[in-house]
Amino acid sequence: MNIDSINNGIVIDHISAGNGMKLYELLGLAELDCSVAIIKNVVSQKMGKKDIIKVDADIPVDLDVIGFVDPGATINIIRNGSLVEKRNIEMPERLVNVIKCRNPRCITSCEQELDHVFKLTDREHKVYRCIYCETKAN
Amino acid sequence: MKSLIDILDLTTEELDELIATAQDIIANPAKYAEACRGKKLATLFFEPSTRTRMSFEAAMYELGGNVISVTGAASSSAAKGESVADTAKTVSCYTDIIAIRHPKEGAAYVTAKNASVPVINAGDGGHCHPTQTLADLLTIYREKGRFSGLTIGVCGDLKFGRTVHSLINAMSRYEGNKFVLISPEELKVPSYVKKDVLQQKNIPYVQTTDLEAVMPELDILYMTRVQRERFFNEEDYLRLKDSYILTVDKLKNAKRDLAILHPLPRVNEISVAVDDDPRACYFKQVLNGKYMRMALILKLLREAGQI
Ligand SMILES: [Zn+2]
Repeated sequence: MNIDSINNGIVIDHISAGNGMKLYELLGLAELDCSVAIIKNVVSQKMGKKDIIKVDADIPVDLDVIGFVDPGATINIIRNGSLVEKRNIEMPERLVNVIKCRNPRCITSCEQELDHVFKLTDREHKVYRCIYCETKAN
Repeated sequence: MKSLIDILDLTTEELDELIATAQDIIANPAKYAEACRGKKLATLFFEPSTRTRMSFEAAMYELGGNVISVTGAASSSAAKGESVADTAKTVSCYTDIIAIRHPKEGAAYVTAKNASVPVINAGDGGHCHPTQTLADLLTIYREKGRFSGLTIGVCGDLKFGRTVHSLINAMSRYEGNKFVLISPEELKVPSYVKKDVLQQKNIPYVQTTDLEAVMPELDILYMTRVQRERFFNEEDYLRLKDSYILTVDKLKNAKRDLAILHPLPRVNEISVAVDDDPRACYFKQVLNGKYMRMALILKLLREAGQI
C-alpha cells in the first residue's frame, strides 16, 4: 500500500499524537482485511505532532468512537483517488458498546447482555459516565 | 416521574410535595388507611436488608395495600441465571409497584427500564439508596422546619458512605447550608463529591478529623458507621471502626437544638446513653422513613394512574 495515495478509502487526520493506536483498537481496524496504515508523530504546523490513520477501503466508521477518543480529528473520504467528503467530528452525547465499564460492582459486570452505555456529563472536561453506576470512563 | 432510582430524580418541588404528604399522613393516618386498597407492592430483595424491607412492607400495609415479598437471591430465579431485566418484566405482571434491593450498582436502573410498573430503588450496592435520604430529609425538616441555612456535620465513613453522598447532594440544592466533613484521613469524602457538588455550587465546607472541636457549630450531626464489607482487609477496618464514638460527654458543647441522625443500624459509634438525650433523632428517623415510603408509594401509584 502506498500510504500517500488511496483510491477508495478513509483518512482520519489531525489525531492528537498518541491517540492513533487507541482509535485503531476501538474502531476495530485490526479485524479488517484491507490495508490499514497508522502513521505516528507526523509533523504538523497546526498541532506540532499528529497521528494519521489510512484505511484502503470505503468502510463505515463509527464517528462516535472518534468523537469520544479525539473530537479534534477530521475524516476525509476518498473515492477514485480524490477527496469527496470532509467530516468534522463532534463529541457524542452517548456511547453505546464502545468502551466497557470498569467498575467490578457495576451491573454490567455480571449481566452480559446489557449494552455498555456512557453519557457525556461534562462537555468541558470531556467526562463520560456509565449510565448504570455513574463511574467515570477513562 | 415514573420511578425513583436516585434522590436527584426528584425536583425540590417534588420533594416538598412528598414531605407535605408525609406530614399529612402523620397527622391523619386514618385518611390513608385504604389509599392503596387492592394494590400490590413487590419487595424484591437480592441481598438481605431486613430493616429496609420491613419499612417498605409496613408502609404498604398502612396504606391498605398488599405485599409480595421476594428475598434471598439463592432461592429466586436469579440463582438460575435470570437477568434483572427479565425479572423486572416478570414481576411487573404480578404487582403494581416494585421496590428492589440488589448488590450491583445500576440494578435498579435496569429494573426501571424494563418494568412496566413504577420501581423504587431500595439500595443498589454502594451506589444509591434514595429512600434512606428521604427519611433523613423528613427528619431534618421535622426537627428544623427548614432545609436552608443549616450547618450540617457528617461524621464517620465519608468515603464509602453512600447515604452521606446522597445527603450532601440533596442538601446542596438549598440556600445557605454549610457542611462540616468529619472523618479519619483514610475515609474522607471522595474528590468527585467535593469537585462536582460542593465546589461547583460554591457551598462552604470544612474537612476535619476532630469531632469535638466542631461540635458547637453544628445544627445537624449525621453519624455513620464504618462498614466492614467496604474494606479489603480486616486490619484497616479494625483500625478505623472506632474512630468516632459519640458519647454524652462529647455532646456537652453541642447546640441545645442539635439533631443527631444516623441511618442505622449502629454498631458502637453512638453510645446507648445518648439515646435518652432529646437531641437523638435516629429512631424517629426510622419512623420517618416509613412515612416517606408511604408518600412515595402514593405518588408513584397516582402518577401511574393506579390509584
Ligand atoms: Zn458501570
